[in-house]
Amino acid sequence: MIWGLATSHVPAIGAAIDHDKTEDSYWKPLFDGYAPARRWMAEHRPDVAVIVYNDHANAVGMDLVPAFGIGTAESYEVADEGWGPRPVPPVIGAPELSEHLVRELLDESFDIATFNRLKVDHGLTVPLSVYCPDPGDAWPCAVVPVLVNVLQYPQPTAARCYALGQALGRAIRSYPRDLKVAVFGTGGMSHQLAGARAGLINEHFDRMFLEEIEHDPESLAALTREDYIEQAGTEGIELIMWLVMRGALGDNIARVHDTYHVPVSNTAAALALFENLGDEADDGRVAA
Amino acid sequence: MSKVRDNYVLDVSAGRRGYALNRMCGSLTDPENRRRFRADEAAYCDAYGLSPEQKRAILERDWTAMLDLGASIFYTVKLAMVDQKSVQDLGAVFTGMTTEEFTAAMLAGGRRFG
Repeated sequence: MIWGLATSHVPAIGAAIDHDKTEDSYWKPLFDGYAPARRWMAEHRPDVAVIVYNDHANAVGMDLVPAFGIGTAESYEVADEGWGPRPVPPVIGAPELSEHLVRELLDESFDIATFNRLKVDHGLTVPLSVYCPDPGDAWPCAVVPVLVNVLQYPQPTAARCYALGQALGRAIRSYPRDLKVAVFGTGGMSHQLAGARAGLINEHFDRMFLEEIEHDPESLAALTREDYIEQAGTEGIELIMWLVMRGALGDNIARVHDTYHVPVSNTAAALALFENLGDEADDGRVAA
Repeated sequence: MSKVRDNYVLDVSAGRRGYALNRMCGSLTDPENRRRFRADEAAYCDAYGLSPEQKRAILERDWTAMLDLGASIFYTVKLAMVDQKSVQDLGAVFTGMTTEEFTAAMLAGGRRFG
């Protein structure tokens, strides 16, 4: 595992990239904030990105709502979310790694749903664009989608997401093939789309979260789903997906870059990039 | 229009009440369905088994009533896209502002509570 990226996945970010608006005054501060992280990631290319995200009523409907799921397909079609699919390349899967992760996580008592067919929406493709704004004909890495239900209450607890991340990290490290893996935790920061609190931004909470995701993720894992909804808004609960990424990374990390910007559409947007300084092997040695 | 609640949380009971409405809005991810919806909205609502209240909310674009009838914003936003409305337009409806006022509030750092 070489790095972990936490990033908002607001659809408007994808639209700004797709329509060449990133230099507009509305968008420039956000994309300028991304620049150092993008330069660093371009020099540290993973073979596979494990992207923790939520579907937004595009592939997962109300018939069946799995708490956690993993895509196991060879490729993933880009979803039409109501305004036509984004003009980005199809997403290529890493089915052997997917299978390994599913097996290891089930062995650790995380009962994962599997998706043999999955249309991926902005929750997954916008983070890919944050990493790689101009992929040309193909994304620079394969992808394993990891889905978390954040739309339907009760969502998995923050603590469970953090524990899933820790198990995911162990599963990635136990994969027998030599692969460079990056883990993405997506969504957030504070936002609320509906109701009298629509437009909610809580910069104080967001800044606290941006700090503690590095130094004290346990304190964030201890917050209840009601805490997240109250503090970060009904959709700000997406932040529990950052904890999956953080759990996977382990303790030996360094912050490469972060940025925070308000507004992106109706949302506070952030990015935080962490380098993994070394995975601890089973015998306790730290491998670079 | 009913008074808007502070928070709408799509719990299991709302999911049950709003099932038909959410399923109908979700179907608008298909271009052929968008065409059929535009051609005859009422018939499209009937085909998806919406209650009379849900159908009225859809036909009148009563965005708050949709939520009260079990809708999730992630589904109704697909209807907004058919209408070429933005989430700022919807935010303005939910907060009793104009779209310009709501957009200005976001540019000023968003709306703060507590």
